[in-house]
Amino acid sequence: MVKGSLGKVYRKGDTIIRQGESGDCMYVIQLGQVEVVQEMDGEEIRLAELHEGDFFGEMAIFEREVRSATVRSLGDSSVLTVDKKNFLRRIQEDPSLAFRLVQSMSGRIRKMSETVTGLRLTKPPWPH
Amino acid sequence: MDDGSRVAVVGGGPAGSLFTYFLLEMAERIGIELLVDVYEPRDFSRPAPHGCNMCGGIISESLVQNLATDGINLPPMIVQRGIDSYCMHMDVGEVHIDNPLFEKRIAAVYRGSGPKGIKEMKWGSFDGHLQSLSDKKGARIIDEKVTDLRREDGRLFIKTKTRPEQSYSLMAVATGVNTAALKLLQKSDLGYQPPRTTKTAIREYLLGAETIEKYLGTSMHVFLLDIPRLTFAAIIPKGDYATVCLLGDKIDSNLLETFLNAPEVKGCMPPGWQWDQPACQCSPRMNVSGSPLPFGDQVVFLGDCGVTRLYKDGIGAAYRAAKAAASTAVFHGISAEDFRKHYLPACQKMTTDNMIGKVIFWFTKIIQRLRFARRGILNMTAKEQEKKGGNQIISMVLWDMFTGSAPYREIFIRTLHPLFLIRLAWHLFIALFSSDKDRKSGLRRKNT
Repeated sequence: MVKGSLGKVYRKGDTIIRQGESGDCMYVIQLGQVEVVQEMDGEEIRLAELHEGDFFGEMAIFEREVRSATVRSLGDSSVLTVDKKNFLRRIQEDPSLAFRLVQSMSGRIRKMSETVTGLRLTKPPWPH
Repeated sequence: MDDGSRVAVVGGGPAGSLFTYFLLEMAERIGIELLVDVYEPRDFSRPAPHGCNMCGGIISESLVQNLATDGINLPPMIVQRGIDSYCMHMDVGEVHIDNPLFEKRIAAVYRGSGPKGIKEMKWGSFDGHLQSLSDKKGARIIDEKVTDLRREDGRLFIKTKTRPEQSYSLMAVATGVNTAALKLLQKSDLGYQPPRTTKTAIREYLLGAETIEKYLGTSMHVFLLDIPRLTFAAIIPKGDYATVCLLGDKIDSNLLETFLNAPEVKGCMPPGWQWDQPACQCSPRMNVSGSPLPFGDQVVFLGDCGVTRLYKDGIGAAYRAAKAAASTAVFHGISAEDFRKHYLPACQKMTTDNMIGKVIFWFTKIIQRLRFARRGILNMTAKEQEKKGGNQIISMVLWDMFTGSAPYREIFIRTLHPLFLIRLAWHLFIALFSSDKDRKSGLRRKNT
């Protein structure tokens, strides 16, 4: 499936980025799917499943923080790395390059808001 | 531009298709509906010459990343081979330069559907892929040759053989420098001044996927040989074919024959390969300078017929120009003044960078002429590649030179780094007093 595709090839279960590690690039899925999981108190919470054309690791482009989640390949996938330096330099020349990234981050905020609202609706209110 | 404005794009290669794609996308973002007609007579689903754009077919590392960020991924059906390394061949030896991330970030593609005589079409056309994207965005593809272009009373008119004359508010011209439309443009009243060009040579050798994998691998093979008038030569592994590209000053059949018979080229190709075996070949023209004025009132010239990068990353240059022109038209306006203010800076940046590129290629020519300099460069690169880590300064300079990933300005600045100059001086000094016999055998490494 991944022959001829660009980027790096990952097999099922391969870790692409690991929570807590530092990073200076973001990724674009060329083929296949990946899952985003966050470890909390020794437990893994699945945050999202990403598909072809989706970005991840973009927070490293704008912040100097460590990776906030682990991303693993679900089946065979190929993932392209986008260098921070190349990306930021290009944004200076062509700000529209950031549009899709902003669009994707906006989509994530919307999803997160829905999740938070869902949690408030399912859990009983805090005792006063 | 307003709702319902009509736009003509003459030429549906990468510059034309990317302009159409970005124009429609940007217009959609601000809620304007445009009607775009793309005039492209070639059928990219047909093998050469009916669907070919006569090009080496390399999508640079930076362009692959920029396209992916823009939401344009290149599917495996288009990418004949992902390139992850370069092999530099010289008479004093050869050296491998790996992608620092060991990742396939350069795409070897066919602009059309493949060379003349192709038996099985396993991959799709790159230009066809981009055309389908602009088609999906809502552009109308007109598969006819433009027979007349003119301007009258602030409108632009286009005529084809079978269609009545059509009127447009904006015309984007992306005809390349190898089409009959270029002559039509020069005759028209659009004020077009063409760029200066030189002849190149391209050959496609059918070797078979397995043989290519074994002998050329996933590396692009570049040659710095002391052959007069030859600036740069490369062998690009594709799916079943290997593409030979020669750039230089007035490339002719004698120069091509000299190059193909060089032991460095023969050593790279499989045993039994003959330089004169049947091959699809062409001698397209390529730019050595840009159009002096790549725009006018309601007209913009894109890609090779406008301004492009010297020798490298022509498709990357088309992408930059297409985006700059599309954003000017959507967000600023379509008058000559609008293009001067917002499109010209992108072209000027490339023109200035090409001047620095000329200086770099002049230095490369000196290295090509001096055997000890070739030895010094080879040794310095090989030492860095053996270490795999640390400050890979010459490897990065060569990588960006060959891949066209970075602007020439950036490459030049890197060569001014004191560490680079000290190391270079040291290796040149050593090379002056050594023979290349031992070095050659020590550095040879077959690509597997």
